[in-house]
Amino acid sequence: MLRKNALCAATALSVFAAGSAFADNHSTITVATVNNGDMIRMQGYTDQFTEATGIGVEWVTLEENVLRQRVTTDITTKGGQFDIMTIGMYETPIWGANGWLIPLDDLSAEYDVDDILPAMRGGLSHDGTLYAAPFYGESSMVMYRTDLMEAAGLEMPEAPTWEFIREAAIAMTDRENDINGICLRGKAGWGEGGAFITVTANSFGARWFDEDWNAQFDQPEWANALNFFVDLMAEAGPPGYSTNGFNENLSLFQQGKCGMWIDATVAASFVTNPDDSTVADSVGFALAPDTGMGKRSNWLWAWALAIPAGTQKEAEAKQFIEWATSKEYIELVAANEGWANVPPGARTSLYENPEYQAVPFAQMTLDSINAADPTNPTVKPVPYVGIQFVAIPEFAGIATEVSQEFSAVYAGQQSVEEALEKAQAITNDAMEAAGYR
Amino acid sequence: MARATTTRRKVITTAVAWAIGLLIFFPIYWTILTSFKTEAQAINDPPLFFFFDWTLENYAIVQERSDYMRFLWNSVVLAGGSTLLGILVAVPAAWSMAFVPSKRTKDILLWMLSTKMLPAVGVLYPISLIFVQFNLLDTRIGLVVVLMLINLPIIVWMLYTYFKEIPVEILEAARMDGASLREEILYILTPMAVPGIASTILLNFILAWNEAFWTLNLTAAKAGPLTAFIASYSSPEGLFFAKLSAASTMAIAPILVLGWFSQKQLVRGLTFGAVK
Amino acid sequence: MATQHSRSAARLMMAPAVILLLGWMLVPLTMTLFFSFKRYLPLRGDSLERGLDWVGFENYARFLSSSSFWPSVQATLVIVGGVLVVTVVLGVLLALLLDQPFWGQGIVRILVIAPFFVMPTVSALVWKNMFMDPVNGILAHLWRFFGAEPVSWLSDASLQSIILIVSWQWLPFATLILLTAVQSLDSEQLEAAEMDGAPAFARFGFIILPHLARAITIVILIQTIFLLSIFAEIFVTTGGSFGTRTLTYLIFQRVVDSQNIGLGSAGGVYAIILANIIAIFLMRIVGKNLDR
Repeated sequence: MLRKNALCAATALSVFAAGSAFADNHSTITVATVNNGDMIRMQGYTDQFTEATGIGVEWVTLEENVLRQRVTTDITTKGGQFDIMTIGMYETPIWGANGWLIPLDDLSAEYDVDDILPAMRGGLSHDGTLYAAPFYGESSMVMYRTDLMEAAGLEMPEAPTWEFIREAAIAMTDRENDINGICLRGKAGWGEGGAFITVTANSFGARWFDEDWNAQFDQPEWANALNFFVDLMAEAGPPGYSTNGFNENLSLFQQGKCGMWIDATVAASFVTNPDDSTVADSVGFALAPDTGMGKRSNWLWAWALAIPAGTQKEAEAKQFIEWATSKEYIELVAANEGWANVPPGARTSLYENPEYQAVPFAQMTLDSINAADPTNPTVKPVPYVGIQFVAIPEFAGIATEVSQEFSAVYAGQQSVEEALEKAQAITNDAMEAAGYR
Repeated sequence: MARATTTRRKVITTAVAWAIGLLIFFPIYWTILTSFKTEAQAINDPPLFFFFDWTLENYAIVQERSDYMRFLWNSVVLAGGSTLLGILVAVPAAWSMAFVPSKRTKDILLWMLSTKMLPAVGVLYPISLIFVQFNLLDTRIGLVVVLMLINLPIIVWMLYTYFKEIPVEILEAARMDGASLREEILYILTPMAVPGIASTILLNFILAWNEAFWTLNLTAAKAGPLTAFIASYSSPEGLFFAKLSAASTMAIAPILVLGWFSQKQLVRGLTFGAVK
Repeated sequence: MATQHSRSAARLMMAPAVILLLGWMLVPLTMTLFFSFKRYLPLRGDSLERGLDWVGFENYARFLSSSSFWPSVQATLVIVGGVLVVTVVLGVLLALLLDQPFWGQGIVRILVIAPFFVMPTVSALVWKNMFMDPVNGILAHLWRFFGAEPVSWLSDASLQSIILIVSWQWLPFATLILLTAVQSLDSEQLEAAEMDGAPAFARFGFIILPHLARAITIVILIQTIFLLSIFAEIFVTTGGSFGTRTLTYLIFQRVVDSQNIGLGSAGGVYAIILANIIAIFLMRIVGKNLDR
């Protein structure tokens, strides 16, 4: 009886095993990507790539947090499940330095690697070697409702200050009609509210670390920035903003419930798209605000395609990357969906194209990207690279916890002082664990 | 008089029971309903409860974006395979615990249950490294084994409680008549245990179907079940309630239908020895 | 009764299950223990092949001294306890209700058990986005309809919200088990008590509840095992903020966000210790109730 069971089980197992082991097609690559609109659009065009090259593409599309968790585990355990991973400006230099990514230094001449925007190329390189090709890039900027701004009797300057933003936000707020002067990210997570408060703090003269890697949350600049943010949102922000991230704010803005929104430049194409947005024809753009201390509160980010070292399909993967981040791909999307919907922020030639220059947010996006300098992100000197993040492996963990403390402030559960005190302790403790101090 | 009160009571009970039943079911109803709305209707103020232009476009979009059948098939294979394998291992164990108990039987049972208390995230790296070592990543076989092991304690426990309720005297009588162990199991025990085994299979199928940590972390393009399918719709850019609802409906519909058809077995069988 | 032969046969039959579970327990546990004494920061290039540095009890000390540790234990206990209370109390009431004769029993039963079939990720997503969203959620609409200010559930009532979501998923399970137990209740005994004029409250307290003790114990035991490791519901909704960081979630943050495997493994060992404390506590009660 028992032996028979075991035999059955073994047969069953080998059937499963065979099914998965031999289905491998040698000209198929597996791509892990995030479920953002531009990537999903790319999946739709993959057939054309397969037709042209004979290389099949299997997609693993995951929500951002799950994707990060999945690809990080895969790269650190050498799982080898993916031939291409979609990663950001934070991961690329760290992974590149560890030798986990294949250098993209032999891309073809037609690909024209020099056409990649210098800020993006710099952020996706380590020691001058490019490790990931930008699919799209972004900075952050102010998006505002021109009609509400006019009704408030104000005029948005090209490069506003935080003081002006505050004044305008209060003037535009109309609680009766469910209009909030300003919508900003308060959601915990280093890539969500953590990123936003960090760039805000940058413009107030704050920094994460001094040159000896001591946490700086006990300095007055952080208190100024956080207090300003909390007061602003209390006066003119939407209720419950402590759980609002990019998505929540996007849908609020599209529904006409925000006067202003400071967020990723890629959002411009969503808020001006009449299919999704009720305010599409009355959106204006401006540079992210500052306080006159020399740094604006805009970040720099790119979703980029990288090839993990150890893949068996390096050549195919490179071919795919050359296709997906090429000028031709941009033209393909433009021809089918219009210029406003092409992946932005990656190539100089796109911004030199007169047809793209006609897109209302093109120039402001480029200006914002050019105004961001990851190697020199703060007013005071810092030992790190990165604007809304610190390009060290420990940062994601630290900043997620710190931003959770900040979100608790936004929800009114603790004071600014308490949160900064905890942030200081969390950061120093983690830096000590990692051997910096 | 007495009859009138019982009728009145029945009317009240009916009203209360239906109200509560509908309240509990409402989130699922709302998800299914939203999946037939456009994104704009999905966030309409006031909410649209029934009267709107029903549309299938969300299902079309979801189907176009991801190969639903592949995810569904993986879910079926993983849940089915791990449940079958689990039953094969658990039936003999539960049988011997129930009919040849020793002093340590209860300890072994409780120890088995306690293996479920190790938090999965705590062993993410150990298990991932083992999977890499044995080339099991993104294979169904690897996940079938993991899901089986996760649920094995519950399977053993459930079967044990059913088997224990089978009167030993019948078995002894059969043994007196010269029945072999094999015959005993095949002709006497199995027929009596079928309802218990059926509901065990059901419960474990559901648990395996809904497992979302390992099925997400150990798969890529080939072996991902519906839990991985959902992870690509959970928070994209822009309005997504309607598409998320469609994807959610597609992910839960098969198991919901299965559960409803077999609810008699579940209601009857899910006792864990609670009745004595 | 059992012969020597059947005893050894029994042992043989138990062997596969025991060996498999022993392996499933020991292999990861040994690795976790091993890692917990090591410095293992994969993003800094540490890996098994290169060899890991021994750091003694440093990870254990650091995990324990972190300001997040005790709050996370507390959050775990509050969530597990809260869900247990809600599901057992409502489960008993619901079981008694469903046991009454009424029209459409079968359909109502189907409605009530349906949440059990919904995968945790989906139920968390649905509750978070379509119900608890402070602007577009249906609860916000409801609040506004009655002229109240919508609640931001996941920040202002974070623990309660998670308890609500998890309870919704587990109420069917509790109800099913308790319903089976209620159905086995001796109705003559109840009728006799009713004839004697015992008020409903007394009938419930002296006859029904004692009869359900065993079933309640089992509900608590099984649910605790599952609830100690809930993860998706927190990952999707609050991401551990607003006081909802359970021990499991804290370990997740150490392992995945911070990529500090040594520290996370030490946390895993603490989680096992906590689980075992709860288990021993439970076994005491369960053992007593099960042996009756």
